[in-house]
Parts: sequence; C-alpha cells; structure tokens
Amino acid sequence: MERVILHCDLNSFYASVECLYRPEIRHLPVAVCGRADLRHGIVLAKNPVAKQFGIKTGEVTWQAKLKCPRLIVINPNYPLYLRFAKEAREIYACYTDQIESFGIDECWLDISGSASLFGSGEKIAHEIKERVKKELGITVSIGASYNKIFSKLGSDLKKPDAVTVITRENYQQVVWPLPVEDLLYVGRATQRKLKNHSISTIGKLAATPPDGLRKILGKWGETLWVFANGLDKTPVMKMDYQSGIKGIGNSITTPRDLKNAEDVKITFYVLAESVAKRLREHHLKGKTVQIQVRDQDLFFFERQAQLSAASYVSGMIAKKAMDIFAANWHWTKSIRSLGIRVTDLLAADSCLQLSLFAGDNQQHKLEALEKSLDEIRRRYGHYAVQRALLLKERALNANPAEENVIHPVSFFR
Amino acid sequence: MIIEWSDDVLCYKKGMVIKMKKVFVDVTAFFTKEGKLMPVSFIWEDGVIYEIEKVYGWVKAASLKVGGQGIRYKCRVKGKEVYLFLEEGRWFMEGKQGKSGSGS
Repeated sequence: MERVILHCDLNSFYASVECLYRPEIRHLPVAVCGRADLRHGIVLAKNPVAKQFGIKTGEVTWQAKLKCPRLIVINPNYPLYLRFAKEAREIYACYTDQIESFGIDECWLDISGSASLFGSGEKIAHEIKERVKKELGITVSIGASYNKIFSKLGSDLKKPDAVTVITRENYQQVVWPLPVEDLLYVGRATQRKLKNHSISTIGKLAATPPDGLRKILGKWGETLWVFANGLDKTPVMKMDYQSGIKGIGNSITTPRDLKNAEDVKITFYVLAESVAKRLREHHLKGKTVQIQVRDQDLFFFERQAQLSAASYVSGMIAKKAMDIFAANWHWTKSIRSLGIRVTDLLAADSCLQLSLFAGDNQQHKLEALEKSLDEIRRRYGHYAVQRALLLKERALNANPAEENVIHPVSFFR
Repeated sequence: MIIEWSDDVLCYKKGMVIKMKKVFVDVTAFFTKEGKLMPVSFIWEDGVIYEIEKVYGWVKAASLKVGGQGIRYKCRVKGKEVYLFLEEGRWFMEGKQGKSGSGS
C-alpha cells in the first residue's frame, strides 16, 4: 500500500502565538527573542511583517533592530508554546497514532491507514489546516507525500496556511528544480561540496550516480541520493515511541563569561546535577563523561574520559568533568558556554564488576543521598536544597533539567 | 509601509470601528452527572450578574478578536448570543473597548 505522510509545520510558531494573544501588535513587526540579559539574545521567531524587513531567525537581536528600529521584541514564554504544541498534536491524534515530533513546531503524521475513514491525504491535510486555524488561532503549512523527505519539502514550499501535495507523478516537476540546499540535511558545507561539482538542484543530485556522490560526501552521498529520488522508507514513529537513549547531556550559555576555575566548577556542578537527575529518572548509569567548551570567540571543543565505574552521582560526574577540563584548558580566553554529556549508558540495576579496594560502600551511600535529594526537590522545589558551592555565585546557578525543556532532535533515530 | 488593522482585531458596526478587549469574568458553573462543566451565570466587570439563559454548545476555539484560546461556550444572555471562553481554568469574554455593557 502506498504510504500517505503529512508534515505539519506551525508557521512562525512562537511569534504566531504571541500575536494571537496581543491583537494590538499583530500588524506591527514582532520578533520573539531570547533574553539578552542571559545572553540568549537571538531571534527565535518573527511574524510576516518583521520578515518583510529582512529579519532572519537566528540573527542577533541588535542586528535585527538595526534593520527595523521599531521592531517589537518579546521574550519567549515556553510553557505557553508547549501548551499550543500539545493542542496541535491532539488535533493530529484524531487522524493517526503515528505522530513523530521534529522539534516543538513540526510533526510527521503517517495517515496511510486513515484514508478509508477520513478521505485522501490532501483532504485530511486541508481538514487539519482548518481545524488548527479555528481551534488554535494560528496557521499551519502541510506537505502531503509518500515519504517523509518530500512531505517536509512540501510544507516549506507554500507558507503560511497552505497544503502542498507531492506525488510520484509530479515530484520531478515540483521537487527536482528546487535548489539542493532545500533538501533535509544539505547544510552549508554539503551545499558547497555539491556546487563544486555543479550539483545545484535536487534534480541534478538525483541524476548523479550514487557512487559519484559517495566519492564527494562519503556515505552521506548515498543517503542524500535516496532522499532526492523519493526512495526514503524511514517510518514515522508512534506517538509514545522513546528511542533508545544513547547519552544524556545539558549545556548552558552562562549569564556572564566564566573567568576562572571556580566559575567553571560552579557551572559544572549545576550541569552535573541536572544530567545526574535525568539519568536517575531514566534508571540509567553512564561510564563516559564528555565536556563541551565554547569560548568568547565561539571556538568550540569536546573532550571525554571514563569514570572508574558507571554512575549517576552528580558529584562524581562533576569531578570528572573538572579533571578533563583542567587537563585541556589553559585560560587564554574566557568561556561563554559549557556542556556535560554522559554516554556509555547501562541500566541502573545491571550487574557491575565491583572493585576489591575502592570504596564501593561509599558509592552506595552517595547514590542513596542523591535519591533523597531528588525526593526533597520533588516535594519542595529544585532550590529547596542546594550545594554550598552554588550559593557563592547565585548568578551562575540554574536548573537546566526543568528549565531547558525544548531539546533538539535528529531525523536519524 | 502602511499596514491596516486586520478584521480579526476590530468589529465593524454601523460604519463605526470598535476595538475589542479581553474581559475576565467570575463565573458560577456546575458539573453535570456526565462530568460536563456548565456555566450558569457570570459577573461582568461593572459588577452586574448576568444569567446564562441557554448554552447552545461548546467547541475548542481561539478568540482572534481579543487574543486567547480554550473551550468556547456559545450562550444566550438577555436574548443575545455571546461567547464565553474557558482558558486554563479562567473564564473570559470578548468586550468592547471603552464600554462597560454586557457581552460582545
């Protein structure tokens, strides 16, 4: 049976929700920007009026204001956006249980089995579009096709409040003339490599033999060739599907540059507490600790090392992160952002090789202590109990486990 | 660039343009045996209590006029049809800017 896949993209999502709630600014240029005082000051979303001024998502707020001095800048209200995203998914769930989120504002829906109940893919797409407009007061653009790649392309073709259908009959006319960078996972580097070989459109990419692409791009070349020819068979995951977790991490752009080891230590403890808490929630322990460091000039590097035994104890993760950091950083510059990720995960209750000499008893005590802290925080809030270290510099304290609620996702899971 | 106010924001009546505002109201409501929530009366911003004569039905809907989203009850109040919205536990109505009469 031919698959019918919709890709629903909520248009200028954050800005649309803000404009819904503030009718008085709907006709003015509006951008939702991260908080400049926390140094998250980039444009996260803009309304169509702001777009006419050439404002782009991802640019720094002050640059956007240069283009449009009367730009209305709004700080994000994530709980509200999460509520709208959930409401949108409830509408999608009337048509299928195969709903795969791709970020907060995009979803794939596999409605192959719903056609006999609700009609063709195009009919269902129009129905969803109208329902979102009426029930949520925002617009959605939908691509309908027989694979995930073309349906995503379709949702980008006509915006806002539109449906684009790409079939086996019309894809060569609709998709192939498009520039190659419109294809999912063709970023700037890939685009440059392809252009060097005169591959500027998706059609040209599709017509290039996969062996040739492999020489240019490695195994990615073949994947992109499959995408361009509409041969992608990746399924749409079920709504409650949880992919196998390969690592748990958090990163933070700190409110001010980190200038010494003490600042870094505080930040690593904040991050390690969040990562350890999330590990415990998933009943996992990790053996490898990775750190990510970005300096004030946005230079970025990652390093990793192993713990002596798999753990979900924040103190051990933070200490290992500090060891890695001390061995690799020489303070020529200040630091803008830090991250910790724990990988090599295994179930928390799996059998472990114990050491004859190291203080395993100590490890059990620490685990019990951290679980007690979780319980206190569950009942009385995250800040009810704190490490003394974090009281030294309150500006650097944070609760990423609960405050960073929107996580990036990958197509390949 | 000149941008007109959109029709969503404004109501046109007898050639006059009327701005709308969001009016939060106190509502008396009861739960039916089936577990449905039914509004009975509300207190408008001027303190007057208005009885809801009839609830025609309810749907999930957005209010583009005043900005909000929730469950929209279509009600009859003093013979007029009005909308009463329930959003995240709070009730609101669409009121006329600068006026304190009932309903939309």
